[in-house]
Amino acid sequence: MEHLRFKSKSRWREFAGEKLISISAFTALLSILLIFVFVFKEAIPIFVDDYIKEDASLDKMLCQQEFYEGREAKWSWQPNSEVPKFSLLPLFIGTLKAALVAMLFAIPLGVGAAIYSSEFASRRMGEIIKPAIETFAAIPSVVLGFFALMVLSSFLQQVMGLTFRLNAMNAGIALGLAIVPIIFTVAEDAMTSVPGSLRDAAIALGATPWQVSLTTVLPAAMPGIFAGIVLGFGRAVGETMIVLMASGNAAIISISVADSVRTFSATIAAELGEVVFGDTHYHVLFLIGLLLFIFTFVVNLGGDIVLTRLKERLQGRTT
Amino acid sequence: MSCMAQQTYVSSRAAVPNLEFRPKGRGIVPRGLTFAAVLIILLMLAIIMGNILVGGMGTISWEFLTHPPEQGMKAGGVFPAIFGTVALVILMVIAVVPIGVFTAIYLQEYTSPTSWTTRLIRVAINNLAGVPSIVFGLFGLGFFIAFVGGGIDTLFFPEEGPVWGQPAIIWASLTLALLTLPVVIVSTEEALRTIPRELREGSYALGGTRLQTIWRIIIPQALPGILTGSILAVSRGAGEVAPIMFTGAAYYLPYLPGKLNDQFMELGYHIYIMATQSPDIEATKPILYGTVLVLLLLTFSLNSVAILIRSRMRRSRVGAQ
Repeated sequence: MEHLRFKSKSRWREFAGEKLISISAFTALLSILLIFVFVFKEAIPIFVDDYIKEDASLDKMLCQQEFYEGREAKWSWQPNSEVPKFSLLPLFIGTLKAALVAMLFAIPLGVGAAIYSSEFASRRMGEIIKPAIETFAAIPSVVLGFFALMVLSSFLQQVMGLTFRLNAMNAGIALGLAIVPIIFTVAEDAMTSVPGSLRDAAIALGATPWQVSLTTVLPAAMPGIFAGIVLGFGRAVGETMIVLMASGNAAIISISVADSVRTFSATIAAELGEVVFGDTHYHVLFLIGLLLFIFTFVVNLGGDIVLTRLKERLQGRTT
Repeated sequence: MSCMAQQTYVSSRAAVPNLEFRPKGRGIVPRGLTFAAVLIILLMLAIIMGNILVGGMGTISWEFLTHPPEQGMKAGGVFPAIFGTVALVILMVIAVVPIGVFTAIYLQEYTSPTSWTTRLIRVAINNLAGVPSIVFGLFGLGFFIAFVGGGIDTLFFPEEGPVWGQPAIIWASLTLALLTLPVVIVSTEEALRTIPRELREGSYALGGTRLQTIWRIIIPQALPGILTGSILAVSRGAGEVAPIMFTGAAYYLPYLPGKLNDQFMELGYHIYIMATQSPDIEATKPILYGTVLVLLLLTFSLNSVAILIRSRMRRSRVGAQ
């Protein structure tokens, strides 16, 4: 009898423990769903609430508006003015500009360093590069933002003779520093996972080591390098603290990288603290958050699929 | 995708026989260009570190680390921010480590890697790692503060003002826990994969149940990996600002957080505020640099410890084989 009781107790424990483990395992999945639901929930009123639509209908957020009678129509983001203006276009251009500068800066550095590390680096050099990149990745974005704000901006202004100290270029370069590690890591991983048999075949055909790299390894790893770049772009669009501190945050429409920009992420960070809970501005900020979430979700899913397939293909080839 | 892949393979294959027609240099140009990329990265790292080290060294002292800010942050120290950061990440670790470890165990020990649940959870983990940190902030505000906290208030404290439905250290740390969950999972999984199957089989052969095997064999073996993941999560969590801006961090507080629903000061947020909202940036500069240096030293020392444990773990695995 006693024996049995002991057994049933341990069975109950077993059951509870296993349930705990499997429930915990769904936390990540649940989180993603909850993030979507709760950000989406706060963005819905924009589509259904008539009062909010007055200031922030889709039409008003996307198309040119004539805010004051008789004046020229334009796209403006001025949520706190007497006539609130919620055009998303200046923010969209700002986000794109900062992210593109970041990509221009980070792609050559990240991919170049990945090629060097995977193909040319001696063992000793590799032992310097990888920890250095890991260190780079460990720098908090607020510190990069601080550096761009205090040091890089003045340097760029002096060297290039810019009018504004805080601008798209300054933010973009700092943003680039933040995504170099992502591009490097993904690209390097793709190149090192190219099977040795491919390399051996090229060497057997008489290629020199660097010709093997450029004509065999690089094309084979190309989807991985591309995925790294796309993931880096996703991060550049979503990154907040760097652009918030280093971009100047002026919501203007211009294509010059010497002008200040305001990005989607920085707009949320700068304005959410001051909005009235539940008013139009509040819901528009959540809509922006929803856009960011959906964009990065698609980018990550795409990058993920490309990388999984690449791995399967490269590993399949060796067997 | 697969057709593109096929093409690249064919072209790479076709390119190889042509090689003999090309000049057989030693590849000075590609080697030089890619090495330049490495040099620029190392140089940028050195400049950033050097600048912060030089700027912050003079400020850091025992006084600085143990005193609160004074005169509108132009003097005094950063003790409340250090205290807040540490309290924040401790709460975060308490929340994230069990869930992360259990998830990793589930993925590695309970399900086959090809089952749809595993795939779905993996996709979720990868995506969670890519959600912008500011969106975590929005989520923390909408879910933890408004929904959970507000719900507790309407149920239990209907008479009082907001008790839990307001920015607080518990909501900030839970938000950060979700953000760092992928870090813990990935690191634990890596450790679980290195545990030889014989250990599990030995445990089963002795009559151990699956849970006993996990509790007494797997988890102790995976401890270095769990530790690495936790430390990396702490380092990441300590540096994030966007998710805590609206969920609990405060500009300045005259007291230290003592309850779960108190607000708190935090190093990263402190840096952001001092760098952007200070009326007299030149006067705050030494304090600002000192704070940045404290945050950097904190994250870097944590990271070095994590890297050290991980490399030891990898070496012992090689040794075992």
